[in-house]
Amino acid sequence: MARIGVFVCHCGENISATVDVKKVAEAASRIPGVAHSVEYKYMCSDPGQQMIRNAIREKNLTGVVVAACSPRMHEPTFRRACAEAGLNPFLCEMANIREHCSWVHEKSEATTHKAFDIVRTLVAKVKRNKALLPIKVPVTKTALVLGGGIAGIQASLDIANSGHKVILVEKEPSIGGHMSQLSETFPTLDCSQCILTPRMVEVAQHPNITLHSYSELESMDGFIGNFKVRIRKKARSLDEKLCTGCGLCVQKCPSKKISSEFDAGLGLRPAIYVPFPQAVPNKPVIDREHCTYYRTGKCRLCEKICPTQAIRFDQEDEIIEADIGAVVVATGFDIKHGDFFPEYGYGKYKDVIDGLQFERLASASGPTLGEIRRPSDGQVPQTVVFVACAGSRDPAKGIEYCSKICCMYTAKHAMLYKHKVHHGKPFVFYMDIRAGGKMYEEFVRRAMEEDGVQYIRSRVSRIYERGGKLVVKGADTLLGSRPLEIEADLVVLATAGVAQAGAEQLAQRLHVSFDAHKFYAEAHPKLRPVETNTAGIFLAGACQAPKDIPESVAQASGAAAKVAILFSQSELVREPLIAVVDRQAPPLYSSCVGCFLCQPSCPYQAIEKEEIRDRDGQLIKTIAKVNPGLCQGCGTCVALCRTKSIDIQGFSHEQVYAEVLALLNRGEDNV
Amino acid sequence: MKTGFYPGCSMKGSAREYSESLLAVARELGRELPEVPDWNCCGATAAHNIDTDLALALPARILAAAEKDGMNEVLVPCAACYSRLSVTRHELLDDEALRNKISGLVEADYQGTAKVVNIIEWLASIPDLEAWVKKPFAHRVACYYGCLLVRPPGVVKFDRPEEPQSMDLLLKKMGAEPIDWAFKTECCGAGFSVSRTDLVAKLSGLILEDAVSRGAEAVIVACPMCHLNLDMRRPQIEKQVGKKINIPVIYITQALGLAMGIPARKLGLQRHKVAVKLSPRTAES
Ligand SMILES: Cc1cc2nc3c(=O)[nH]c(=O)nc-3n(C[C@H](O)[C@H](O)[C@H](O)COP(=O)(O)OP(=O)(O)OC[C@H]3O[C@@H](n4cnc5c(N)ncnc54)[C@H](O)[C@@H]3O)c2cc1C
Ligand code: SF4
Repeated sequence: MARIGVFVCHCGENISATVDVKKVAEAASRIPGVAHSVEYKYMCSDPGQQMIRNAIREKNLTGVVVAACSPRMHEPTFRRACAEAGLNPFLCEMANIREHCSWVHEKSEATTHKAFDIVRTLVAKVKRNKALLPIKVPVTKTALVLGGGIAGIQASLDIANSGHKVILVEKEPSIGGHMSQLSETFPTLDCSQCILTPRMVEVAQHPNITLHSYSELESMDGFIGNFKVRIRKKARSLDEKLCTGCGLCVQKCPSKKISSEFDAGLGLRPAIYVPFPQAVPNKPVIDREHCTYYRTGKCRLCEKICPTQAIRFDQEDEIIEADIGAVVVATGFDIKHGDFFPEYGYGKYKDVIDGLQFERLASASGPTLGEIRRPSDGQVPQTVVFVACAGSRDPAKGIEYCSKICCMYTAKHAMLYKHKVHHGKPFVFYMDIRAGGKMYEEFVRRAMEEDGVQYIRSRVSRIYERGGKLVVKGADTLLGSRPLEIEADLVVLATAGVAQAGAEQLAQRLHVSFDAHKFYAEAHPKLRPVETNTAGIFLAGACQAPKDIPESVAQASGAAAKVAILFSQSELVREPLIAVVDRQAPPLYSSCVGCFLCQPSCPYQAIEKEEIRDRDGQLIKTIAKVNPGLCQGCGTCVALCRTKSIDIQGFSHEQVYAEVLALLNRGEDNV
Repeated sequence: MKTGFYPGCSMKGSAREYSESLLAVARELGRELPEVPDWNCCGATAAHNIDTDLALALPARILAAAEKDGMNEVLVPCAACYSRLSVTRHELLDDEALRNKISGLVEADYQGTAKVVNIIEWLASIPDLEAWVKKPFAHRVACYYGCLLVRPPGVVKFDRPEEPQSMDLLLKKMGAEPIDWAFKTECCGAGFSVSRTDLVAKLSGLILEDAVSRGAEAVIVACPMCHLNLDMRRPQIEKQVGKKINIPVIYITQALGLAMGIPARKLGLQRHKVAVKLSPRTAES
């Protein structure tokens, strides 16, 4: 005979404000098989857990139902409490009377009744729960880091320095990400390259890090601790081992007029190129789309002059396979290229540029060697207008969210301009100034007060060309919304920060979720900011939301710590809520008839074949078997099995039917 | 598909030529445009400043009449009327209680089945418009959309609100060369034509000056109010800017009519205050 304990929680007032918890506990005590039923203000508190432990021991309980919040929140807490009192943790269930009842209904008899119904169904279920043992799986102590921006670099170094192997995959020819394009960085104005490149070199030289640049993740299978990945190493058209990075080929390549991605379209590069001089690895790639040889079949100049004969025109993409225990996704972000506002003339006027382009103009390694010269005619602009929130915080035409970094980099840009062009006039059009962060507000103040940057609280309605000037129209909302026009020589749009173009495809490959804007979703916005909902996959940097460097680095170190925690275990314990195939005594052995309909239905390739043989080794029958390491307990096979031979442990047919019958007031468990 | 025509007050008065040219073009294209039976004033700029219920009831009555007559869409060539009718349909479709209230006021069961379309949408829906062009309207034109044709974007859901293109595309089909300019959607002063003519002169002056400075030969409009301000208020504009401005202001239907070879008189071109003098290739004054 079952002896079930029911523990009804008030959750402060979260439940008790609309549900009569006393009544629920009382009614539950009358359910056949319930040996103990109480209510308490905070079940999850220490005294609350103690009540459960005591009751298990004193009343010899065979099962526990905690009627409280969502199992997502506290199931582990209560299962642990049960285990401490000697009850198998899988004999404890939660009845969610908060999210499913008290939070969504008004206070009434019916609400209380519904709470009781929920408790009743779980009592019916728990009576049929079986003691289960957790599954143990091994851990491969190698991490895969996707993306070699500052976040990926930091995560790789931290994991590698904790003694584990790292495979770093970067899709571009060099690591560095957006930070390598920046001139100076807020709020300290230190040179971006100077603080970044030592880290890049460290990555290249670290014995625990294998870098695959110009590579992308092709596919991934498996589960936490046991992923299998395939990486596509794109053809560089070069034997990396032979190449010494001397740069002769880059100098001699005749096809030189290709817009440079690194210089955000403001500079030119040849068809065989290294994105920037400090690139890691410092080995060129041939851009086959623009290479004269690939286009016309003639040239091969680089091949002729290469002192080490490293050029390989016939090189093909290579697929590299690896076993991985954890993944850090650090694929970063992008900025919108002005398409939200056709009226701003981005793409139409050469001197309307975006923030990254300004970074390149201001950078000592940029196309103007750090002099602020406008793209159209190379003149030094006398008046520059910076437009903040170009597309951000604009649900009508752009995106709803605040891109977070642009207030700061706009202040930085205006400052840098003023430091380089002393008599120049910088204006910033803004909605609000968001400078929350250590030394951030002070930084913006400095731009205004020391460098005389004029801040105008106005959105820009239009930018157009008139008599060689760019007319920026707005209305100063701090001066009675008076219409206002500024004739500028250069306009810099702080365009919205958005997700990487390929973010969605990568998410599908990794089975991680993303938000409405294709930024990767963290498992909990407050308490689990570096985890995804897929165990073993972590997030770092701006792929989760636009962020600045300090935040990206902090999150990367957080993700690395999570990986190190994972790798500190030699075995992982998984919940045994997985599918099992029926096994019986001879002569039947199993109700499975071996049709294997289940096999193709399994999204995790967890169904294998098992041969049942007699003592002489004669095959009796072949049945399905679930690999407990691979099964995720999704239940697809259960629905498909024609002989009902597969069940999910913890959610068996019997348990679910019992719940439904209890709800319908039928079955044996009625009050 | 039955398309009704809501002329509104201007097209029966100050903008007769808009109506004349539209009907001449429609006749040539073989399209019937029956007027919405027993239509009334949409309330224009006045009603929504005074009484919200009235501002909704007047257009609702028009739309209900069109619906009752089996019209699937109502062509509203005046941009101001178009705005009032669109806003009304949008608000009443969004809010059942409000719809019932206004239906009660106008004593009709308004359902919102008839779509409200502006002149650009209607012309753009005609397949192979190019095929009707006999004498390409080969001029540099400034397409002027004004404030109401493309706004508010959430209501009209038509073209880009700040840098629209649909009229430019139509004019290209007629053989014209639309210029790239910055005043497409700037306000001309609209309903202040009578009460604050000084303001209208200033705003309209900016529009015309920009069009002229970029080499436009004509301003193309799709709104009687815009036409009134840019054409009829020309003396005040000229006084304001201190110089003569000769650029004619032509309704899109007139430009199309000329391109289709319809005689200028049938298109009401003689009614304009600013003479329509274009190079002899297409039009006579
Ligand atoms: C104009 C501008 C100015 C800025 N100025 C400052 C500043 O002064 N101070 C500051 O703190 N912050 C600044 N920032 C913010 C800073 O750029 C970001 O915080 C930082 O770059 C985020 O680093 P990340 O590694 O997360 O992403 P990223 O820098 O975007 O790096 C992501 C990397 O992942 C790679 N990648 C993408 N997809 C894949 C894939 N599928 N597979 C493999 N690799 C992939 C990319 O090629 C890239 O190398 C600025 C940003 C902008 C736009
Ligand atoms: S950070 Fe500043 S400029 Fe960027 S979206 Fe937010 S408020 Fe606008």
